[in-house]
Amino acid sequence: MKADRSFFGARFARNFGRGWLSLGYLFLYLPIVTLVLYSFNQSLQPTRWGGFTLDWYVKLASDHEILDGLWLSLKIAFLSATASVTLGTLAAFTLVKYRRFRGRTLFSGMVSAPLVMPEVIIGLSLLLMLVAVQRATGSNLVDRGLMTIWLGHLLLGMAYATVVVQARLLDLNPQLEEAAMDLGARPHQVFVLVTLPLILQALASAWLLTFSLSLDDVVVSAFLSGPGSTTMPLVIFSRARLGLNPSVNAMATVIIAIVAICVTVGSLLIARAERRRAAEISAAQRGA
Amino acid sequence: MSLHSPSHRMSCRLAGLLRGRSAVIGIPYLWLLVFFAAPFLIVLNYSLSEMGAVRPDNLMVAGDGMLRLALKYGNYLTLFSDDLYFTAYVSSLKFAAITTAVCLVVGYPFAYFMARARASLQPALLMGVMLPFWTSFLLRVYAWKGLLDEGGWVSQLLIATRLDGLLVALGMIDTAGKFMNTPFSLVIGMAYSYLPFMILPLYANLAKLDLRLLEAAADLGATRFKAFWLITVPLSRAGIVAGAMLVFIPCIGEYVIPELLGGPRTLMIGKVLWDEFFSNNDWPMASSVAVVLVLLIVVPLAIFSKVQAEAREQAR
Repeated sequence: MKADRSFFGARFARNFGRGWLSLGYLFLYLPIVTLVLYSFNQSLQPTRWGGFTLDWYVKLASDHEILDGLWLSLKIAFLSATASVTLGTLAAFTLVKYRRFRGRTLFSGMVSAPLVMPEVIIGLSLLLMLVAVQRATGSNLVDRGLMTIWLGHLLLGMAYATVVVQARLLDLNPQLEEAAMDLGARPHQVFVLVTLPLILQALASAWLLTFSLSLDDVVVSAFLSGPGSTTMPLVIFSRARLGLNPSVNAMATVIIAIVAICVTVGSLLIARAERRRAAEISAAQRGA
Repeated sequence: MSLHSPSHRMSCRLAGLLRGRSAVIGIPYLWLLVFFAAPFLIVLNYSLSEMGAVRPDNLMVAGDGMLRLALKYGNYLTLFSDDLYFTAYVSSLKFAAITTAVCLVVGYPFAYFMARARASLQPALLMGVMLPFWTSFLLRVYAWKGLLDEGGWVSQLLIATRLDGLLVALGMIDTAGKFMNTPFSLVIGMAYSYLPFMILPLYANLAKLDLRLLEAAADLGATRFKAFWLITVPLSRAGIVAGAMLVFIPCIGEYVIPELLGGPRTLMIGKVLWDEFFSNNDWPMASSVAVVLVLLIVVPLAIFSKVQAEAREQAR
């Protein structure tokens, strides 16, 4: 290499880069660290340290508003993640495998629209539709509650699931499916025996993503929840609006711990599956 | 399909309902039509109606007289004549633009240094950017309340470094030392929440940069800075636009962050829509605000999809 002509030396550039990255990560993680730290704070004043305590966790254990909300949120998140991945896989399959069908442009537009549509609009439009259905049929079938929140989260989750599964399907080696068809497999057999195992990892990460999205959603839930169906984010949001609240910090710490465990276990499992698949593929190639 | 005769097509369709292809396409299609397209048409219908008198024919424009038409578009007339709405739209765009600029200034060097880090380190660095995604967005925004409140860590740091004087001069805060419920706290909250959306496309773009181009520039006598400015930046244009739009678009309609961190001086259109619906119970007005908000998003969205399509063309 030539002599460094730049005004700043290479060493300066390297240190500057390291510094910038460290500050960036500090910025990204500082709020999470403080949330956890202040959940152990004895002082009622949220910005002053008053000594270590577990009081807030004890209080949390008997806080029925938050615990009921958490249970409801978990149920909704489980249902909406499962349905989102199912519908998202169908939608992704449609977009990748069927290049031409009537109304494809409209379809691909509608699939990705919830990704960019402000949540206030999604919540408002679904609620207005439910009200219209209620008025037209005069039934209480669509009373606001678990089902209606689930519907809203499903609309959001499906868009995200489609993106994740679609990326994996596009990555797939088409020869594998073609080989199965040449060997006489029917389309549904190809899907179940070849495609599904290959995209399983994408389905798992799509499920986790939509689960956490649903568990975190405030706006759509606010529009679609009724009396007696307050999800955990709605409880946290209404408390946070009023000011800082140590019980929210304690809840946050519990959630962060659960998420950290799930992500670690999940990525370990995914890494192991990846290694096994790579080993199998190389073994198959050696065999051939 | 079009080659088939109508009767044959009919029977095909009936049989197809039971067959794989139609079900695969049909189920998600129907679902989206019923739960995404139809609700939006209902919003459109509501937006053309008066409070308390929503009829199915509101959407249809009858040719009977000016008075009725004026009544029908009443909500939109209010929208454009009442200062509140106009100010809210403008300030939503303003805060979304400021947030995008902040994210670009912080995120570009970040993505650049990430892409130049040792190859073995890069997966871990990438994971570090994505991990905060997995913790609750709501809770991370809430955490900033504690950091920026009087006596909070960041607030103390800003006072100690005398940056609060600069922020007052920029008009981001009103009085030195008070950071909560100001434009500053709103922008910090939004920039924090959306920074990964800026970093990830930029990183994906910068990691693909052909380093030989920079070597060639150096051989031809360009300084490090000149090479960066004339080669790296233009080549990362697609990443810049993608990142900017991924930050700008969701910021426009944001509700949670302005509600928790913004103050009386930070009017955002998402919050106006919310208040119109939940406080004033004026559903038609809320619907009109929603329709105009969608129109506001269409332009940056068109830019985004154009750049994405260009990038895909180049990749081929």
